[in-house]
Amino acid sequence: MSSLSDFDSSSFGDPSETDPGLSAENILKVHKEVTEQLAISVQNLSITYKTQFERVPTVKKAVAGLVRGEKNKFKVVEAVNDVSFDVKHGTILGVIGHNGAGKSTLLRSIAGILAPTTGRIEVRGNISTLLALGLGFHPQLTGRENVILGGLASGLSREEINDKFLEIANFADLGDFIDLPTRTYSSGMNARLAFSVAVHMDPDILLIDEALSTGDAAFKRKARIKMEELMGNARTMLVVSHGLGTIKELCNDAIWLDHGRLVGRGSADEIVDRYTDFVDSGNSAVVLEDF
Amino acid sequence: MSKTAELEKQDDPIHIFQSNSIGLPHLPTYFRELWRRRDFAYEMSRSTLRIQQANTVIGKFWLVLNPLLLAGVYYFLVMVISSGSHRGPEYFAHLVAGIFAFYFISNSMIGGAASITGAARLVMNASFPRLLLPIAAVRTAFGRFIPTVPIFMIFYVIGGSTLKWQQLLAIPVFGLMMVFSIGMAAFFAALQVYFRDTTAFLPYLNRILLYISPVLYYPDQARHYFKLIGVFNPLFPLLGAFSDTLVRGIVPSVGVWLACVAWAISAFLFGCWFFMSREREFAVRL
Repeated sequence: MSSLSDFDSSSFGDPSETDPGLSAENILKVHKEVTEQLAISVQNLSITYKTQFERVPTVKKAVAGLVRGEKNKFKVVEAVNDVSFDVKHGTILGVIGHNGAGKSTLLRSIAGILAPTTGRIEVRGNISTLLALGLGFHPQLTGRENVILGGLASGLSREEINDKFLEIANFADLGDFIDLPTRTYSSGMNARLAFSVAVHMDPDILLIDEALSTGDAAFKRKARIKMEELMGNARTMLVVSHGLGTIKELCNDAIWLDHGRLVGRGSADEIVDRYTDFVDSGNSAVVLEDF
Repeated sequence: MSKTAELEKQDDPIHIFQSNSIGLPHLPTYFRELWRRRDFAYEMSRSTLRIQQANTVIGKFWLVLNPLLLAGVYYFLVMVISSGSHRGPEYFAHLVAGIFAFYFISNSMIGGAASITGAARLVMNASFPRLLLPIAAVRTAFGRFIPTVPIFMIFYVIGGSTLKWQQLLAIPVFGLMMVFSIGMAAFFAALQVYFRDTTAFLPYLNRILLYISPVLYYPDQARHYFKLIGVFNPLFPLLGAFSDTLVRGIVPSVGVWLACVAWAISAFLFGCWFFMSREREFAVRL
């Protein structure tokens, strides 16, 4: 989605080397090469930011602070600390860790929303995000307007959105609500629309952050099928979820973040088991609660 | 897309994100992405205009009624200040043109200032050139300005004035106002992220700007010290040239043109630089 970046393909090999051809043999060869290509490479990533104690910074408070001779009240948060990992195309990578471990920050930095403080991130392909806050437009706007604005913000053309609109609306299954303001939607309806927009943006890489937690059982099933379909097309997904059952079931790879550091990488089963041992809660229903 | 076609897709864009949070992004890439998403700014602005009218009884009619009421209030104000002395229809046309153009700039600044903090969820959720948001705010202000053009024309023609070719020069002057407004909208948008009371100060700043600019009076009738301050007031040459061309059909002097161009470009470059060099920090600050 975003390409606010310098073009540099050095880490990813020359795409022209994999000129396909249409024979079945070539297709299989290309499929193998595509899946072996790196989709994401995170190199020594650290993200540090200053958070202010004051929730709403104002000139008034700044001047008052200066007059009283107070120093700036900042707390430095090391959200992500020297994290490195690679993800190949076709991987569904689960990201687990406690609240505040840096999972959402990591996803936002891969999406290009937060800049690294040090280190480097290389991403190959179009990114689509499904983050915790939903589509994010004004609640007075209709579902239709949300779809159009979301698509245009992602860099799709108006024609491309028109082509996909019916599919998005049908998938979200909102009926007549699609032309009503989103303030009239339930949280589940919002989640359905956001998910539908994200997966229909034709993403090579889909970043999902706890965004499915509000959908009902039927929609979860539908979402699962859609995600499996995307994975079948050698797409890459990063899934942040506290539902460890989801991570085990959906992901073929996982990382574990703890206080901003990468403490584990391996198969989803292995990492989830290590994590549950670590939190000393065993495979309890609470931890394995689905998303 | 079929699997075959998907596998043939070898020209995936590559994005590199690295630790350059301070300083400008790669400008050609930034502006290419901005241009590619220009429809977003248009649609965002169109939706904002619709929302602004959604909860009003007379809806779109406000777009016409609001500037008319403004012009009426200021005409009344000037009549009171000047003790009821006669002001001709040409003066009223000047007042209307000046107020409408001033409110375009003022609405751009106020809308621009709220454009990032008001779209916090979007900024936290999606990656796109953030400059699109203040640009959309200027587009919204333009959408509110457009209905005032026929109102001006009606007053102008009723006043018995005839149309002159020199009036067409108001179009490039307005273009420069637009460039100026984008710079100001971007500047205040970034400032608002750091100081949330920026939008509270703006109406006072705008009120002062209105009084020291040639809106309630002609540029050549400005008090001496207003003319002196005018050197530091970008709206003095911009609004002065707008009224001179549109209302009186006077071709502004080269000096006025140069001042307009210099202010517009300086404001644009400064505002965009201030905004773009900080925009990667916005997601952390919201």
